[in-house]
Amino acid sequence: MQYETVIGLEVHVQLHTRSKMFCGCPADYQAAEPNTRTCPVCLGLPGALPVINRRAVEYTVLTGLALNCRIPEFTKFDRKNYPYPDLMKGYQISQYDLPLALDGFLEIDGDTQLGLGRRRIGVERVHLEEDVAKLQHFPGEGYSLVDVNRSGVPLMEVVSKPDMRSAEEARQYLTLLHSIVQYLGVSTGNMQDGNFRCDANVSIRPVGSQILGTRTEVKNMNSFRAVYQALEYEVVRQREVIEDGGAVVQETRGWIEEREVTVSQRSKEYAHDYRYFPEPDLPPLRIGPERVAELAAELPEFAPQRSARFQADLALSGYDADLLAGSRSMANYFETTLTLAATAKEVANWMLGDLARLLNQDHREIDASPVTPQRLADLLALVADGTLSTSLAKTVLEEMYATGGEPADIVREQGLGQISDTGAIEAAVAEAIAANPKAVADYISGKDTAARFLMGQVMRLTKGQAQPELALRLVQEGLELQKTRGSLEP
Amino acid sequence: MQIKDLLCTNGIATTCASRMLAEYIPVYDATAVARLREHGAVLLGKGNMDEFGMGSSTENSAFFPTRNPWDTGRVPGGSSGGSAAAVSAGAAPFALGTDTGGSIRQPASFCGVTGLKPTYGRVSRYGLVAYASSLDQVGPIARDAADCALILQSIAGHDSRDATSLPDAVPDYSAALTGDISGLRLGVPSEYFAEGMDAGVRAAVTAAIDQLAALGAEIREVSLPTTQYALACYYIIAPSECSANLARYDGVKYGYSHQGDGDMWEAMERTRQHGFGPEVKRRIMLGAFALSSGYYDAYYHKAQQVRTLIRQDFAHVFEEVDALAAPVSPVVAFPIGERTDDPVRMYLVDVYTLPVNMAGLPAMSVPCGFSNGLPVGLQLIGPHLSEDRLLNIAHTYQQATEWHRERPGI
Repeated sequence: MQYETVIGLEVHVQLHTRSKMFCGCPADYQAAEPNTRTCPVCLGLPGALPVINRRAVEYTVLTGLALNCRIPEFTKFDRKNYPYPDLMKGYQISQYDLPLALDGFLEIDGDTQLGLGRRRIGVERVHLEEDVAKLQHFPGEGYSLVDVNRSGVPLMEVVSKPDMRSAEEARQYLTLLHSIVQYLGVSTGNMQDGNFRCDANVSIRPVGSQILGTRTEVKNMNSFRAVYQALEYEVVRQREVIEDGGAVVQETRGWIEEREVTVSQRSKEYAHDYRYFPEPDLPPLRIGPERVAELAAELPEFAPQRSARFQADLALSGYDADLLAGSRSMANYFETTLTLAATAKEVANWMLGDLARLLNQDHREIDASPVTPQRLADLLALVADGTLSTSLAKTVLEEMYATGGEPADIVREQGLGQISDTGAIEAAVAEAIAANPKAVADYISGKDTAARFLMGQVMRLTKGQAQPELALRLVQEGLELQKTRGSLEP
Repeated sequence: MQIKDLLCTNGIATTCASRMLAEYIPVYDATAVARLREHGAVLLGKGNMDEFGMGSSTENSAFFPTRNPWDTGRVPGGSSGGSAAAVSAGAAPFALGTDTGGSIRQPASFCGVTGLKPTYGRVSRYGLVAYASSLDQVGPIARDAADCALILQSIAGHDSRDATSLPDAVPDYSAALTGDISGLRLGVPSEYFAEGMDAGVRAAVTAAIDQLAALGAEIREVSLPTTQYALACYYIIAPSECSANLARYDGVKYGYSHQGDGDMWEAMERTRQHGFGPEVKRRIMLGAFALSSGYYDAYYHKAQQVRTLIRQDFAHVFEEVDALAAPVSPVVAFPIGERTDDPVRMYLVDVYTLPVNMAGLPAMSVPCGFSNGLPVGLQLIGPHLSEDRLLNIAHTYQQATEWHRERPGI
């Protein structure tokens, strides 16, 4: 029996606003000491009232537009009622039936291994709500701690339609969504920090069936890789259940990273009738078409379009273009460097090669690079005009990264300029030839590679500063001279 | 001033007359309280009330009932019973009460003092412990309309902390007290003079309307056909909102917290079991039911639609008249304990005040006589943001009558 996988994803994106969703507390809860980003509103104290964060609404509309959604003119908040110690008011202010954005889509490349090509994955809705407090448990100790800093931070929820057919497609969707929210600047989108959380709804059904199978909800996947692995695992698990003659139970399952399995989380859950009703403390919102048009004009060129443009206009490879367009800051850095008169291929090589290596070692984003676009362009100019060899330029780059210095200064201070004075190199050539008679003899007897060996010696003698092509030519001339002399010997 | 214990006072216990918050001390002032403080008002104490604002007699206080100064064997009305009694007994020159279904007007009427419920949104609800968010309002209880005008002036106006507060400018209420109501078109809604009303109440209110006619008002009979639905409508919407508003009281963060064996869920249940009184529990259960899956459409949704009809009823009537005159309650203050066994019988004392909250309109209670020695209140209802007009009608009436000057013998 052949089974088809059906996956839908619910992604919670923490919005990068200055204040919380319904009060003026700073939203930067991660760096703060516990319970220092609170006020009567996000604490849910008796008598406190919510007030809408306008920027959070705009960010959500922008995201909806980027996902090709419809933005209805009338939208409202609702109360989602359930008891839990991390939910200060005993209800969460969210959106139920009239969310900010509806009926959008994302285009993914598709899982070619399944014979699926480029197509649209539906986005059911994008809505806005508030985050809950953070609990810290101490199993066996008899207490848990509540940190209210996170309570009230704006959370945008993107719900897809169950259109994905494999873990690979889920990965593609997630990567694209992640790129979009980063590009928009509405979120830092960091899964490890909890800014970008993914829950999945997974079911399987016989190929050709139009009816959806029983689904499970999979939670606690804290990285893109975890999402991929958890989905792969869950699909196999469900298939085994069915093939053993059982039925998939509708339940929530948690991904256990250490054991690489999903585990049922059904125990002691209260039945969830959320008793949604319109939030009486907040007036409904009317977002007129003019305002939507204004926001639509703010949309940037996203990764896929930018990558396509890099490939078409700059003749970059698809691989390189995707990497450079991958984040807004990378793409901006790239394009800025280009405006400072460098060639695309060179900049791409340096950014994706040595600079990327240095940044990764420090876990730094390109925004924090001590090597600015201007400095990188200057370095590349020094290579182009012959002052530096490529290998020396790498050394200079490392120095630039470590000190934040200007390339020209570093070259001058360290005397790293390429030697292109013929006389100076000839002295080194003579020394190399004199010190390596065997190599000379090899060359005379026909081994051309000996010339390269001697060139290497010349580079060593000139501390790498000899211009390589010139050094090779002079070595070859010197060796030819030896050959001639040798043949003149009786 | 005395402040009903449902309004937060910074550093001063705010119990909402509930065991749940018996020792709760807020860390901020309600906006209305802060504004009065800014104007120099001095806090004398917090007023007893029905628990969390739920009740019509102040007998639902977890601590003790308040007695009516006119007859200490009788209730002062509710839920702002403590506030009305304090003003009536001369213990405070004025008080702040709150009104969700009549809780300023009805006790004011039972105690023979003047009370005003503003238009919904006229006064900030920030710091008012929520009972029914779409109905609650803060308002003054004082000896006369002129005092009410002063107090309203201090507390009215937009508050950025309350997203439901109105941006409209606040007029000069005292300047509106011209003492002239000639030409005022005053509607008398027939549905508010139904059978079963106390005869003394009917007589006093009718006389008051005659008095207003003598002062220059033009009396017209009008009809508000949706009046009969307001009670049912209220007792679905208010409990629904309250079931959510009171969900936060679980003993985890503040307030009464049941300690004992058992897990967290059990502790929460016991906290609420022991922390809340029977009427509060009744309304939470009602509300949770009305909102629950499978019942939402038939109850909550339907009630909100009926509410729109009630609002439209009033709007329609106010095309014909400038204000309405009616009784506040079909009864006068009843003996303590008389209605505590029959919740619906208790609910019925508010039949004439509830529709006003449904429509979000302003209304006043003005002392207009006695029935068997107990005060009777005249209710004045106006269109959206017509507090100045209502205050002037009441003021004009009080220039020509002495009822508001009567004091109980204690």
